[in-house]
Amino acid sequence: MHDITVVDLSRWQFAATALYHFLFVPLTLGLSVMLAAMETVYVTTGKPIYREMTQFWGKLFLINFALGVATGLTMEFQFGTNWSFYSSFVGDIFGAPLAIEGLMAFFLEATFVGMMVFGWDRLKRGQHLAVTYMVALGSNLSALWILIANSFMQNPEGAHFNPLTMRMELASFSELIFSPDAQAKFVHTSIAGYVTGAIFVAGISAWYMLKRRHVELARRSFRMAVLFGVLSTAGVITLGDALGFVGGQAQPTKLAAMEGLWKSESAPMPFNLVAFPSQEQQVNRAQVQVPYALSLLVTHSLDGTVPGLDQLEQQAVARIRNGIPAVEALRTLSSKPGDSAALAQFRAHEKDLGYGFLVQRYAEDVGTATDAQISQAARDTIPQVSSIFWSFRLMVAMGLAMLAFFVLAVIFSLRNDIQHQRWFLKIAVWTIPLPFLACEFGWLVAELGRQPWTVYGILPTWMSASTHSVGYMIFSLAGFVGLYTLFIIAEMYLMLRAIRQGPPPDDADPVFDGRTDGGRLAGYAEG
Amino acid sequence: MEMYAVFQMVWWLLLGVLLIGLAVMVGMDMGVGTILRYVGRTDLERRVALNIIGPHWEGNQVWFVLGGGAVFAAFPLIYATAFSGFYVVMLLLLWSMILRPLGFEYRGKLASARWRGMWDWALLVSGLVPMVIFGAAFGNLFLGAPFHFSWNLTSTYTGSFLALLNPFAILCGLLSASLSVFMGAVTLMNGAEGVIHARSRRLARLSALLAIVLFAGGGWWVHGMDGYVLAQSPGAGVAQTPLQQAVTLTGGAWLANFHAHMLLWLLPALGFVGMVVGLLAAGARRSHVAWWFGVLAWIGVIATAGAALFPFLLPSSSVPAQSLTVWNSTSSELTLTWMLGFTVVFVPLIVWYTSWAFYVMRGKVKAEQVETSEHSY
Ligand code: HDD
Ligand code: HEM
Ligand code: HEM
Repeated sequence: MHDITVVDLSRWQFAATALYHFLFVPLTLGLSVMLAAMETVYVTTGKPIYREMTQFWGKLFLINFALGVATGLTMEFQFGTNWSFYSSFVGDIFGAPLAIEGLMAFFLEATFVGMMVFGWDRLKRGQHLAVTYMVALGSNLSALWILIANSFMQNPEGAHFNPLTMRMELASFSELIFSPDAQAKFVHTSIAGYVTGAIFVAGISAWYMLKRRHVELARRSFRMAVLFGVLSTAGVITLGDALGFVGGQAQPTKLAAMEGLWKSESAPMPFNLVAFPSQEQQVNRAQVQVPYALSLLVTHSLDGTVPGLDQLEQQAVARIRNGIPAVEALRTLSSKPGDSAALAQFRAHEKDLGYGFLVQRYAEDVGTATDAQISQAARDTIPQVSSIFWSFRLMVAMGLAMLAFFVLAVIFSLRNDIQHQRWFLKIAVWTIPLPFLACEFGWLVAELGRQPWTVYGILPTWMSASTHSVGYMIFSLAGFVGLYTLFIIAEMYLMLRAIRQGPPPDDADPVFDGRTDGGRLAGYAEG
Repeated sequence: MEMYAVFQMVWWLLLGVLLIGLAVMVGMDMGVGTILRYVGRTDLERRVALNIIGPHWEGNQVWFVLGGGAVFAAFPLIYATAFSGFYVVMLLLLWSMILRPLGFEYRGKLASARWRGMWDWALLVSGLVPMVIFGAAFGNLFLGAPFHFSWNLTSTYTGSFLALLNPFAILCGLLSASLSVFMGAVTLMNGAEGVIHARSRRLARLSALLAIVLFAGGGWWVHGMDGYVLAQSPGAGVAQTPLQQAVTLTGGAWLANFHAHMLLWLLPALGFVGMVVGLLAAGARRSHVAWWFGVLAWIGVIATAGAALFPFLLPSSSVPAQSLTVWNSTSSELTLTWMLGFTVVFVPLIVWYTSWAFYVMRGKVKAEQVETSEHSY
């Protein structure tokens, strides 16, 4: 049996390290694409200012990249170290996209990032540009594959349970990678990264304009960033809507939690703009509603409905009862793999196996589960409504705020008087944290909304964790907290310092003649 | 033979290829980290050494990431059982490893001597500790680890963390660290001149000598050790769980495969040839030759271990019947097939662009260039 404290500590550890990793990921995704764009302008127009831009933003990119890599290594380990049952149970399916991510994306990204830094004096202009493109391609491919993996947990397609090996196995590779969830998730998340890159560049450029330093570089960077940003933000919002649409069908409990929908209602359903959900009483303590809006938003029609949590909890009770014989049959099959009666019983109840596992948390021998234990397990299928509800609203609010910001920014930038709108430049600096926060809230919606499952409807979180002692978990949590705190201090210090220093003054800039000079210049050499 | 059994064998071989790729490519950079404080006495010398591997360490490190991912995809039960069972050791490996990206990227960003000195130590730790643990993990495969499974294959590890640092495991850890130092030293000989070249040459010879002694010592030790024998199992190519076998322990059984197939003795021979010729070539300042023989040494060592253990991957010392083997811990046939497809397409591509990157960056790194460089992070 699992110690629930250990499961909770493992969840805290995973959540903390993943959210930390995702502080760096969006900026890598966005900046790599923007660097490619800036260098393209440099190579096609030959204007040295664009080379200077590429190199300056490239420097900030690398400070961020180092921590993205370091914290990503943690993620790669953690499925095995802390979620070992999860790893053996779905590794047949879930491991594949992770390995492909290494083969197809990380090698590309990491090999060419070295060339990007050290290659300025060794490569021809076109070659260096190609290298920068490979870095951007690699980081976006890495997002694609990890999100395919994550989508499997949200909406497990293309897999079935094999009682002979006691695990989930791949049934269809194409269903796995072309799942609509994965597609929507990939586009939403990678474009969220572009928004992050755009806000970052625009905000720092605004700061230079306020200080009247590097004005030429800042003005051009700002314009590129806001044009890129306005398109990306529009994309994130459109795709977010699509994500809600596909995700809502696959995970009705998550959708109901996002909307604070305790009771099922008839169409057209109102939308809760503001609400204070109470988990114990299963009601919203106070709410502000917009009539008709929920039906429109979620089903894109006026007569569509979505089930409320009351109805979903009742369905869970039935599925748990149906899942219990599946778990019992499996137990027999474990010691007698050839038992045909047990196999037949398993097949008849297979689709609710995961629900049977849910009640095993309260009754080790599921056959003896009481009605009270079954309703307790059904109650577990309702995730943390208020955190999900508010995380979702904060993400959306920030998205709308950023859209408004970018629209104004584009107008000022195209009218060429952005330097004079000092109030707006100050806002731009303060906008920098928004996309990072929106990304974190997005993940909270996605992952908290999936609870109590690690693989929705198939594998409960409580079973997925490794069987460690509490002492081990405290040791590892303490280690991560200590190390990661030191890391972020070093990173922020270097980042702020590099921003304060700014790009090198124009006269120090060597003229690049497009030929290689044969000398090998050093990348780790700043004094 | 069943197609599935063929795929299982192919993936067992590919696992070996991956581990060799990891040992060679990551091991070389970690070796440089380990000896950095010795080969470079001044900050400038250390920067020269770091800039030799500067353009490549990041790409090389992906062998390590891919190693993790491939074990997860092709041997999920091994990934789950070993990573969770060896928890504390895995965390030490991870925590030392994640210092490296920062050591490379952040060290040169500030001119302070204390700052740089701190990162020099971080690079030493993040070079030495992971390589010792890598070897020690192999050592523990021979001894088995105390884990067992419940009816639904939840694994529980019952040993202590210190038990993993037993004398045999430490010997294997030192062997792996010496080979990594050898490869690191030879890499620095390739890219540096003057004192760095001379100091690296000294270390290359020393570490090769040490590796020869340790490899021979390890062989002698294994020859007397109890080995695991798969007495009964559903067999290759059959879907199964680790709950369906019988396993016995017999003195010297780890050499059974070598007695059955005399050709396998070529593998340890290859290891020795790699180390001896590597030693001589480093002495003769033929560092490129020495590097390639270092690769042979790694192939010999890892293939010898794999051949001895086969078909075991991770034996259980507390419940031997639940040991993990190639037959009971691979993924399904469909997954293995898809993964093989991706490997066949992408590994040659990776080798191609990695070689291009090394070609572009060929040549010696000179101190003057490091000092006057404009292109810094
Ligand atoms: C490939 C799989 C995968 C991916 C891409 C992510 N996660 Fe996740 N997440 C898990 C797989 C997972 C997990 C292993 O399944 C966890 C651990 C416990 C659980 O229920 O799910 C989890 C839990 C989890 C939790 C805690 C939920 C809870 O325990 O209540 C948070 C906040 C996040 N994750 C956040 C993230 C972030 C910020 C990610 C971006 C990097 C992320 N996840 C990517
Ligand atoms: C929770 C599961 C995750 C795992 C196991 C994981 C694993 C990793 C690993 C091992 C690295 C370092 C690779 C290297 O050495 O170059 C890394 C970096 C990276 N990851 Fe993650 N990752 C996870 C989540 C995500 C998500 C959800 C995304 C994207 C949407 C993402 C995008 C990236 C990118 C772009 C990098 C490049 C380095 C950087 O961020 O600066 N990762 N990840
Ligand atoms: C304004 C409209 C937006 C809508 C309607 C929206 C919708 C959604 C939904 C429904 C999810 C949950 C996916 C799931 O079911 O698992 C999600 C996740 C997420 N959102 Fe948004 N979002 C919006 C804006 C943003 C913005 C502005 C950002 C960041 C810049 C962002 C970043 C994310 C991230 C990183 C995730 C987690 C990854 C994922 O599930 O794809 N979103 N979003």
